[in-house]
Amino acid sequence: MANENLVKDVVREKEPYKYGFVTDIETEKIAKGLNEDIVKLISKKKGEPNFLLNFRLKAFKKWQKMKEPNWAEIGYQKIDYQDIIYYSAPKQKEKLSSLDEVDPKLLETFDKLGIPLTEQKKLTNVAVDAVFDSVSIATTFREELAEHGVIFCSISEAVKNHPDLIEKYLGTVVPASDNYFAALNSAVFSDGSFVYIPKGVTCPMDLSSYFRINSGDSGQFERTLIIAEESSSVSYLEGCTAPMFDTNTLHAAVVELIALDDASIKYSTVQNWYAGNEKGVGGIFNFVTKRGKCLGKRSKISWSQVETGSAITWKYPSCLLLGEESVGEFYSVALTNNLQQADTGTKMIHIGPKTKSTIVSKGISAGNSINSYRGLVKMGTKAAGSRNYSQCDSMLIGDQASANTFPYIKSQQPNSEIEHEASTCRISEDQLFYLQSRGIEFEEAISMMVSGFCRDVFNQLPMEFAAEADKLLSLKLEGSVG
Amino acid sequence: MQSKMKESDPILEVHNLFASTDNLPILKGVSINVYPGEIHAIMGRNGCGKSTLSKIIAGHPSYNITNGEIKFSGEKISSLEPEERAQAGIFLGFQYPIEIPGVSNLEFLRVSTNARRKFLNKEELDTFDFEELVKEKLELVKMDQAFLTRSVNQGFSGGEKKRNEILQMALLEPKIAILDETDSGLDIDALRIVASGIKKISNAQTGIILITHYQRLLDEIKPNYVHVMADGQIIKTGGSDLALELEKKGYEWTDNFVKET
Repeated sequence: MANENLVKDVVREKEPYKYGFVTDIETEKIAKGLNEDIVKLISKKKGEPNFLLNFRLKAFKKWQKMKEPNWAEIGYQKIDYQDIIYYSAPKQKEKLSSLDEVDPKLLETFDKLGIPLTEQKKLTNVAVDAVFDSVSIATTFREELAEHGVIFCSISEAVKNHPDLIEKYLGTVVPASDNYFAALNSAVFSDGSFVYIPKGVTCPMDLSSYFRINSGDSGQFERTLIIAEESSSVSYLEGCTAPMFDTNTLHAAVVELIALDDASIKYSTVQNWYAGNEKGVGGIFNFVTKRGKCLGKRSKISWSQVETGSAITWKYPSCLLLGEESVGEFYSVALTNNLQQADTGTKMIHIGPKTKSTIVSKGISAGNSINSYRGLVKMGTKAAGSRNYSQCDSMLIGDQASANTFPYIKSQQPNSEIEHEASTCRISEDQLFYLQSRGIEFEEAISMMVSGFCRDVFNQLPMEFAAEADKLLSLKLEGSVG
Repeated sequence: MQSKMKESDPILEVHNLFASTDNLPILKGVSINVYPGEIHAIMGRNGCGKSTLSKIIAGHPSYNITNGEIKFSGEKISSLEPEERAQAGIFLGFQYPIEIPGVSNLEFLRVSTNARRKFLNKEELDTFDFEELVKEKLELVKMDQAFLTRSVNQGFSGGEKKRNEILQMALLEPKIAILDETDSGLDIDALRIVASGIKKISNAQTGIILITHYQRLLDEIKPNYVHVMADGQIIKTGGSDLALELEKKGYEWTDNFVKET
């Protein structure tokens, strides 16, 4: 058998998705469908102040007038927005005073996902906010963080305890009218994480949110807001998994980051939502709007993402570079297999002078998947002395996968530099044979080459995360769950 | 050919091998036995099937064996994957070593060495222990440590690639090494380094097949047997003198040979 065929066999995941289990837990769900009353009901359930209800209602009105975008290189069955449950929460006490009160089944779920939350077992150097379907169920290390003035909690709590910050910043980076899915999220978002780093504080540990979709018929619409005050810095990690269902689940999140003078935010994602089976049945539809605003001088926002899951990925973590000498970065690895489709990239909008951005994107397509990079680099009229460097590399495994690169470049500023490099390669039979003839197993050979291809991006991830990401990629390709 | 009695069993037995790629017959009945301690040279024009023979022994998936068999240490190997053959001790030195971008040479060498060590029930080496081992082997091929941090063969000169092959051979300690035109593209100094490396690695237990066009490698490493291949067959076998004669008379001389079976 020729190796090309072997490649196809290997990339077909042999082992089921490790995170595909469902937690059997009593949940409170509202009726299917979306209308103004549902939006009001969600807001009421969360006991929200008026400004937020108005925010939601305005967003809903806008959403009703908008059309689902169709420009991305993806195809899918039309989503029936009236067939989705917009609020689903495990039944438990409204707000828990301690982790001991969290339903053991939920703790067990996160244990199984490798995110222990209990005092005895919790990860030692990372604070975690665990989100289960529509609600945040626990956040670790809150007191320790509070000592430094760092606020890390669910966005629902932030609405209650820090309404001034929410009112000031929510929707300022991604306005409700930004796009169809952002408008939908703004109308129905149920929970998510909130981070506030005060002036001059370097966050003493990494912060992390873990998003778990459990219900098959409810969408997940979380919203994350991170504010880094002057001269502060934080590294934030995000992980996502979901059970295997043969229906598609909609995930439409919004993430907003704000960095003031000399502040820096590093946002890393490992996205491993259920991708559907090898025939393309089931899987998460992942439509996400992530954007950071470098508001302050010399501020910096760095996105790194490892996208391996979801039936459809549609996301473009972006940076608005307003502050003079602010810096935006985007490091991405997107791997698609079987019938997965990914249309992902970034937007670097240079507004202030002497701003700098770097884009490194690595797309790997295997099976019958489609993997597209779509990116915009824009130099505004005032962005004198600004620079961008983009590098977009694609790797094809097998002969049925496809890769596209769509770079958009707009410059209104002659005194700026934009540099774009792109490449496409295929894992060749000769390369595989060479490694194999040195005793290296076929699957390991592929994973070595894939890791090598992604090195520039993995180097940007926090260390444990990088090791995880590397493992995840091999797993996705090998199908041999460790 | 090799009619005299041998004291030990052959490492490699190729028996009446026919092979094709894309239904095009390349090998048309090749037989060769290699015993421990022996050095065989295979010579012949481009396209005569020398490289194909070496790739088939290593398990390249593009070729189909249509008849005959290959035995290694007395066992048939046609059902083994290339990596299993390598782990068992078959080494192919590539005529054109392949570049693998992004994969560090050190890591590649370590994973490869450990795969072989695992087969031999030897302890696998961690990065630190492996670095010690590899430093020692670098001496053999006079390579600088800087080679280790670069991507596998990427941006290596022709000579550096070939030395990297011999470095791999030194680390893997194969039972049989088939070196496909390891001498091509080497200047005199590099040729000497490579040849002396090969000699130091081989011993009374190992077998070597040198595939070459030129006498100059055989001046450095004297073969026990020289085989001349043409059109997928070994048409003549002799001692090291045969190579000298071939050098003098050219391949045209062999055109007149009839297959000696």
